[in-house]
Amino acid sequence: MSDDIINIEVDGVPVQARRGQMIIEVTDARSVYVPRFCYHPKLSIAANCRMCLVEVEKAPKPLPACATPVMEGMKVFTRSPRAIAAQKATMEFLLINHPLDCPICDQGGECELQDLAMGFGSDVSRFTERKRIVKDKNLGPLVSTDMTRCIHCTRCVRFGQEIAGIQELGTMGRGEDTVIGTYIEHSVDHELSGNIIDVCPVGALNNKPYRYRARAWEMTQHETVSPHDCVGAQLFTHTLRGKVMRNVPRECEDINETWAADRDRFGCHGLYAEDRLERPQLRNAAGEWEEASWEDALLRVTESFKGRRPEQLGFLAAPGSTLEEHFLLARLARGLGSSNVDHRLQRRDFSGQAHDPVVPGLGLPLAEVDALAAVLVIGSALRQEAPILAHRLRKAALAGAQVGFLNAEALEWRFPVSAEIVAPAGSQARALAEVLAAACGDDFSALPADLAGQLRGLEPGEGAQRLAAALHGEGRRTVWLGLQAQRHPAYAELQVLAAALCGVTGATLGYLSEGANSAGACLAGALPHRDVGGVPAAQPGRDAGALLGGGLEAVLLLGCEPELDAAAGEDALPALAETEFVACLTPFATPAMRRYADALLPVGTAYETSGTFVNCEGRWQSFTGAARPVGEARPAWKVLRVLGTQLGVEGFDYMSSEDARDDLRARLEAATAGTPELGLRAVRLEQAGAWREPNPYATDPLLRRSRPLQETRIGAAGGRRWP
Amino acid sequence: MKTFRTLAKTLFLTELLAGLRVTLRNLFRRKVTVHYPEEKAPQSPRFRGLHALRRYSNGEERCIACKLCEAVCPALAITIESDVGENGLRRTTRYDIDLFKCIYCGFCEEACPVDSIVETRIHEYHMEKPGENIMTKEKLLAIGDKYEAMIAADKAADAGYR
Repeated sequence: MSDDIINIEVDGVPVQARRGQMIIEVTDARSVYVPRFCYHPKLSIAANCRMCLVEVEKAPKPLPACATPVMEGMKVFTRSPRAIAAQKATMEFLLINHPLDCPICDQGGECELQDLAMGFGSDVSRFTERKRIVKDKNLGPLVSTDMTRCIHCTRCVRFGQEIAGIQELGTMGRGEDTVIGTYIEHSVDHELSGNIIDVCPVGALNNKPYRYRARAWEMTQHETVSPHDCVGAQLFTHTLRGKVMRNVPRECEDINETWAADRDRFGCHGLYAEDRLERPQLRNAAGEWEEASWEDALLRVTESFKGRRPEQLGFLAAPGSTLEEHFLLARLARGLGSSNVDHRLQRRDFSGQAHDPVVPGLGLPLAEVDALAAVLVIGSALRQEAPILAHRLRKAALAGAQVGFLNAEALEWRFPVSAEIVAPAGSQARALAEVLAAACGDDFSALPADLAGQLRGLEPGEGAQRLAAALHGEGRRTVWLGLQAQRHPAYAELQVLAAALCGVTGATLGYLSEGANSAGACLAGALPHRDVGGVPAAQPGRDAGALLGGGLEAVLLLGCEPELDAAAGEDALPALAETEFVACLTPFATPAMRRYADALLPVGTAYETSGTFVNCEGRWQSFTGAARPVGEARPAWKVLRVLGTQLGVEGFDYMSSEDARDDLRARLEAATAGTPELGLRAVRLEQAGAWREPNPYATDPLLRRSRPLQETRIGAAGGRRWP
Repeated sequence: MKTFRTLAKTLFLTELLAGLRVTLRNLFRRKVTVHYPEEKAPQSPRFRGLHALRRYSNGEERCIACKLCEAVCPALAITIESDVGENGLRRTTRYDIDLFKCIYCGFCEEACPVDSIVETRIHEYHMEKPGENIMTKEKLLAIGDKYEAMIAADKAADAGYR
């Protein structure tokens, strides 16, 4: 037996433990519950609540289980009269200043203090002195505070220091006068700050948009997946009478650990926005909007799509649509003979699309991000684009990984960054080429001659040298192309250079992707140049940019608001207005939509439909609808199924979204698509042009309508224009 | 012998007379019949009749939307929706009691931490149209306002036993 394993006894039961473990870790592993407030498995040990006092043989006093390392032959008693007496005494002190306002406290029913007070509290208070009252702090639109309830466990403070990397909260004062606060009033702005709601064991920090709206015991818990980024964080959605009340993180060690990004947690508060579409609407002969029955609306859409030349049809899906929706939309398009189907709304440069990976993804499991040795992230505000991924990258950086960035502006990272190259959008290709040149050193043999010739003339700076050295190092190394890179007007050049860099250094090439399900869309064939599984399409169609450029007769938009979601932005509107027939399958009806569309069909959001998201590690995560769709809205896959049947496309008789998913899975097994070539070639090092960068809290229709998110500092900043 | 005794009882109607004796005795006793609705039987202060929502003396609603009554209700007769009120406090936006579902057990009153929902001594009420069985927050508050004196007196009378 290894020296690391020692034998101890817990409540008389012999237990094996690793040397250096704390008592509470051993008892937790054995499902022996020791009461605790300040201990949290993901945070450092503070041992300041004293609730976990246990009796240890030969120790003169009870010891805190969270801060006492196990020792050979140790005998621990968690339920002995001495341990219980110590825990009860601690509880009596904690309850001295805690207000008795459980009936109006949102934590009531899911409160650790409430639960433990049932077990260890006295029914009568012996305290007759003055009770402490603490002024509430304003922490911004996401977190509500009732600081009198605080028991000073400092979990929120440690969360800021250790997980977020920015200490937004701290303790001030001593003894009874200790208060948790921000010192100078400001909001908590970190993109993971909502997690202090979960780590708070009492009701001091609570979910502000959810404040006073429901109680923990009356809601139904549904397993869902975040519909906002490519990480696919697992969530619990709590509903009351069929309406979504709030989101909380679902523990998944491989993806989001115990955390949820603010965007995932508060995105659901846009569900019941005022412009939610409840009934199908059709534009009548006079050009006015009229409510219609589903039968009439569907018939109008099928009639408008029937009998047109296939190349005059267009199909656009939001990247956050489910796998089944992408699959059905792509089959509908191809069944009508058209390849004009796309989901890459934010992309500007499609010239290199033949070299795109079959499935965009990181190329490694998310859990392995923690152990990366070197990472170069090109064109990404990673903390906002994929907060959970940024958190994992932070863990890697703190463990010694060399992390480098190539961005249009210097950003705050809150972890050690070995090199950050700031290059204006126009010369990002040159900056990346310098890194590539540095990585090549004097040996350009791995590259085509024309590219090598371009690189020879470059003089890599210090940062490029450092990055190149890191990517040549030992261990697992990777290069990621971020969302800003993919929105770049010269994305193809960046892609070629990144691929070449990976080829030279042996790093893997990874892609972040738009929305929750770009990977799923690519698998399902919602691309103009590729069919299911990445098999090249026989007749490549128009890409998203061209589809919004006009010249079509009938367009079907699924879950997207092109004026806000697409790269073209407002410029897409005239072309759409000129299109003869535009059908929108959408949960919300925007004013612009009412100008260009001819049929509005209400569909459910990701919270109201069953479906599957494929995340950036290639994991398929299926979920069922958590809430009832509003009004007469139907899940989009059902609407597409009816459209497919009415338009006479074969094989649209799925009974459930699972049927559609399984059919796709079977087709994927049969599909044989080779790995696309990297297409190394000479690149243009300088580009011109500006583009609009969407706000990270407004990247899909749901987020845009979440008022609390729009009120945060990130949300209020609005979109960006890159020069 | 037994047959003879039965015959004699039948012949002289002794059992009928014994019964009539009870009738005769009660004919001259003091009457206990209550002439409802002119007269009414006495009620306990704990009588569990129609519900009411109370206010504090400054006019503020007592109810804090803790939903304990909704949780304890064995007949699922109570439906509450809550939100942040005008003054930033926890308040109900909807408080419905379905009188057809209610079994008048009084658990809601017992569960209430602020003595807001009470069952009054009112038991004479009826419904004429469908939907009138739903007591909304406005109706409940109106009953509370109207009978506050009675409710307060009942609570005071009962306080010593709690």
